[in-house]
Amino acid sequence: MSSTTNTSTQHTSTIGAIGAPSRRNTELALLVFAVAIPVFAYANVGLAINGEVPSGLLAYGLGLGLLAGVGHLVVRKFAAYADPLLLPLATLLNGLGLVVIWRLDQSERLQQLAERSYGVFSPSAPNQLMYSAIGLALFVAVLVFLKDHRILQRYTYISMVAAIVLLLLPLVPGIGANVFGAKIWINIAGFSIQPGEFAKIIIAIFFSGYLMVKRDALALASRRFMGLYLPRGRDLGPIITIWAVSLLILIFENDLGTSLLFFGMFVIMLYVATERTSWIVIGLLMSAGGAVGVASFAGHVQARVDAWLDPFGCYKELGACEQIGQSIMSFGSGGVMGTGLGQGNSDLIGFAANSDFIFSTFGEELGLAGVMAVLLMYGLIIERGIRTALAARDPFGKLFAVGLSGAFALQIFVVAGGVMGLIPLTGMTMPFLAAGGSSVIANWALIGILLRISDTARRPAPAPASNPDAEMTQVVRP
Amino acid sequence: MSELTLTVMRLGFLAVLWLFVIVAVQVIRSDLFGTRVTQRGSRREAPRPQAAAARQTPPPQRQQSAGGRGRRGAPTKLVVSEGTLTGTTVALQGQTITLGRAHDSTIVLDDDYASSRHARIYPDRDGQWIVEDLGSTNGTYLDRTRLTTPTPIPPGAPIRIGKTVIELRK
Repeated sequence: MSSTTNTSTQHTSTIGAIGAPSRRNTELALLVFAVAIPVFAYANVGLAINGEVPSGLLAYGLGLGLLAGVGHLVVRKFAAYADPLLLPLATLLNGLGLVVIWRLDQSERLQQLAERSYGVFSPSAPNQLMYSAIGLALFVAVLVFLKDHRILQRYTYISMVAAIVLLLLPLVPGIGANVFGAKIWINIAGFSIQPGEFAKIIIAIFFSGYLMVKRDALALASRRFMGLYLPRGRDLGPIITIWAVSLLILIFENDLGTSLLFFGMFVIMLYVATERTSWIVIGLLMSAGGAVGVASFAGHVQARVDAWLDPFGCYKELGACEQIGQSIMSFGSGGVMGTGLGQGNSDLIGFAANSDFIFSTFGEELGLAGVMAVLLMYGLIIERGIRTALAARDPFGKLFAVGLSGAFALQIFVVAGGVMGLIPLTGMTMPFLAAGGSSVIANWALIGILLRISDTARRPAPAPASNPDAEMTQVVRP
Repeated sequence: MSELTLTVMRLGFLAVLWLFVIVAVQVIRSDLFGTRVTQRGSRREAPRPQAAAARQTPPPQRQQSAGGRGRRGAPTKLVVSEGTLTGTTVALQGQTITLGRAHDSTIVLDDDYASSRHARIYPDRDGQWIVEDLGSTNGTYLDRTRLTTPTPIPPGAPIRIGKTVIELRK
């Protein structure tokens, strides 16, 4: 970043990000842009479906603008040197998600489906707007109350316990809810919460705190075997434990996505901490072994794998697995330029069209061009996260930023790969786009933490204090 | 709504979406192209042996701009050249830089041989940079000598703390 200043030619390293301008005005300009695009999309959907500009256009624009404005002012006040791209990108994705959820609310097919299944249709867009506001409130709270991310280092083992408790909550009878075969929700005071989304952030604290302490043992104490550095048995302990925990989640909660996310995040952070390729190989082998093992005896996973291997055969023969085939067809009918917002038929997917399968609607209505743009936006968020990790000056911050952006990247890969038929479908949500309160709230918190780390990394050192040595040499006269 | 309007809006929306992506990439283009990697050989002192191979004739204007801040020839940044934090730089702007394992240090050393408050580097009244050992267990070394008193840092001299080596550069 510092290359925009005239001192850039003096840097020998590409990591020297200190002494950079704050770039808050760049962020503001991008934020205005990021609010204008969803407003345009909203008008477009209204014109395409109802033939008129939707009546809520002004309110929606003002609402999104207000959220973005509050976010910007808080960043300006509490994290003045934070990265300029993360907030606009998150705002744009959240705004686009709201528009597409509203567009799916307008679909008569989905309204009828909901009335047949539940007797009543309730639109998701107002709820999603409320969750976005709560998410932004959490974002603000993170920036205001978390003055320094290094404080989190003190809670290494507490956060491990907290994450495991959060993950186990859905299994507790009474508050756990079994929704369509996956036990990943809990019901508290009428709200259903997906604790796994929050556990994702909390477990990253544990991994970075743990690996920071143990990484020398993991990296150096190893034997070379067939070109790979094999770690000692006692160092393998943690990775085996995490593997077992993630498999147990998979077996008891039927949640392929979260277990993949956890194990993948741990392997990524282990690789970054130790610079040993052998961990990647071991991790891939273990996750492949675990997935094959579970798929061979868990019925829920088995059905997903069948639908992945033969989406259209499954579509014809069985009733319950047509979603992947429909999703692939909606991507296909979108083509390169898409059918236009509000003019696709992705609502045929029916159940979960606005949550797990929202990316299919993007694929159909915006086409390859739009999907690529959205994926690039996610890529930019991840790039900024990794960049933050490079610029951070403490090992904990580095690992934490890598872990968070790695988890974000894995989640996008798992969801996008699932709806496109690249990998078996797992029930996870596309960050910011999909309808789902926990996901939006947790991802806003994730962006808040990344902004805090990048602010700490890029903030110039405080103004030079008066030199204590100079005072010591003063002559004191009686 | 006419077909034409919707088609224009559809393509227009894609164009706007891509425009946003391109603007966003422009904002961070310094990550991709902008940061100039300068040769270490542009230092006036004899470089270390492995850098000598890469030595090139420095452009004359770079010598001019290097002394832009403060005294001519004063170091402008601190570079970690060995250890786990290799490549990290801190701009020297007259502030005190603390080194150690304590997580509120300017540079947090993750090194078994470093103490929590190991050393500090600060400018004296003349702008000369001084390194001082803060009573560390394993000592701070300037070149080969263990520091006992606050010592001015000669240009290009490596400061060694455990496995970490730090240099001041222009």
